[in-house]
Amino acid sequence: MGLDFSVIPKYLDVVMMGAVWTVAITVAAALLSFFGGIVFAVIALYAPKFVRLPFRAFEWLFMGTPLLLQLFLIYFGLVQIGIDLPAFVAGVIGLGLHFAVYNSELIQTAILAVDKGQMEAARTLGLSRGQALKKVVVPQAVRDVIPPIGNNMIALLKDSALVSVIGVSELTLSAQLAIGRTYRPFEFYVLAAVFYYIINLGMEAVLRRIERKVQAAR
Amino acid sequence: MDVELMLKVYPFFLKAAWVTIQLSVLTTILGLICGSLGAAARLSRLRILRIVGAAYVSFIRGTPALIQLFILYFGGPQVGIQLDAFEAGVIGLGVNIGAYMTETIRGAIIAIDKGQAEAARTLGMSRYQSMRYVILPQAARLMIRPLGVNINALIKGTALVAAISVIELTYTAQRYIGSTYKPFEMFFISGVLYMIIIYVTGRGIAWLDRRARIV
Repeated sequence: MGLDFSVIPKYLDVVMMGAVWTVAITVAAALLSFFGGIVFAVIALYAPKFVRLPFRAFEWLFMGTPLLLQLFLIYFGLVQIGIDLPAFVAGVIGLGLHFAVYNSELIQTAILAVDKGQMEAARTLGLSRGQALKKVVVPQAVRDVIPPIGNNMIALLKDSALVSVIGVSELTLSAQLAIGRTYRPFEFYVLAAVFYYIINLGMEAVLRRIERKVQAAR
Repeated sequence: MDVELMLKVYPFFLKAAWVTIQLSVLTTILGLICGSLGAAARLSRLRILRIVGAAYVSFIRGTPALIQLFILYFGGPQVGIQLDAFEAGVIGLGVNIGAYMTETIRGAIIAIDKGQAEAARTLGMSRYQSMRYVILPQAARLMIRPLGVNINALIKGTALVAAISVIELTYTAQRYIGSTYKPFEMFFISGVLYMIIIYVTGRGIAWLDRRARIV
C-alpha cells in the first residue's frame, strides 16, 4: 500500500483538536492526582485504623492492576450503580485516581522524612494537629517530591492515550477517526506520536520551571 | 457480588492469565535485549551509536506505548511488516520497555565508581575486559531492583494489547463486562489474577536481589 503523507493536511485540524483535548484531560487529571495524592497520603498515615486499613487495600488494588482495567471498571461500573458520567469525566477520574495513588506513595515517604521537630515546634506554637499538618509538615514534604511527581505527570500524559478506548475523543481517538476515513493508519498514528512528543517536550519545560521555582523558594 | 457467575467464568480468566504470563515473559526477554543494546549504544565511544541510543530512548519514552503498538500493528502492513496481534504485542511492548531498561542498565553501570575501571585498566585489562570482569558484575547487582520496577510496570502494561484484541486478562474482563454487565465481579477476578502474577514476580526479584548481595 505504501505511504502517502499528503493526506494529512486535510485532517490536520481534527487531529489538532484531539491534541487540545489531550492537553485538557492531562491537566485536569494531573491536578486531581496531585491534590488527591496529598489527601490520600494524609489518610494513609493519619486516619483512624478503620479508615486506614480499607484505604490501604484500595491503594494496593490500584497499584497492582493495569490502568486500562481500572478505566473499564470506572466507566462501566459507575453506570451500573446509576451514575452515568460523560466519557471525558470518567477518563479524568480514572487517570486522576490512578496517579493519585502513585503520588500518595511518594508523598507518604516524604511526610515521614520531614523532621519530627517541625511537628513538635508547630504544636508548641499552639497549632492543632490538623493545622500543623496543613501549614507546616505537608508543604515541606510536597516540595521535596516535586521532581518525582513531575515524572508521574509525564507518565500520565502518555497514559492519557488509554482513555480513547472508553470513547474520549482525544488525540488517539481523533487519529483513529481520520484513519477510518482515509485507511492510512501508519501516517496518522505517526502524526499522533509527533503531537504527543511535542506536548511531552512542552510539559517537561513547564515542570522544569516549576522545579526551579520550588528550589528557589527553599 | 454474584459469586455463582464468578465461579462460572473464572476458567476463561485463568486461560487469559496464562496468555498474560506468556506476554510478560517474552516481553521481559525482548526488553532486556533491547535495554542491553540500548545501554551499550549510549555508553559507546562512537558518537553515532550514542546518538542512535539517545534517540531511541527519547522517542520511545516521549510517546504513548499504545500509539507505538498501533503504528506497529495497524501501520506495519503499509511498510511490509505483517504481524499477528500477539507478535505485535510482544515486539511493541518489548521495544517500549527496552527504552526504560536502557536507562536502568546505563544508570547502574555509570553508578560504579570510576576508580574501578581505572584500576582495571592500570592492571593491564583491555576496555572490554574491564567492563566484562570488573564493572558489569558489580553493576548487575545494582540493576536487579530497578529492573524489577520496570518488569512490574511491564506486567501491567501488557493490558494494552487488549486494544489490538489479544485475548489476555484485560480483554477477557472487558468482554465479560460487556456481556454480563457485572463490572465489579469481572474486575475482581482479573485484578486478583494480576496481583498474584505481580506478587510472585516481585518475590522472585527480591530473592534474586538477596542472592546477589555480596555482604
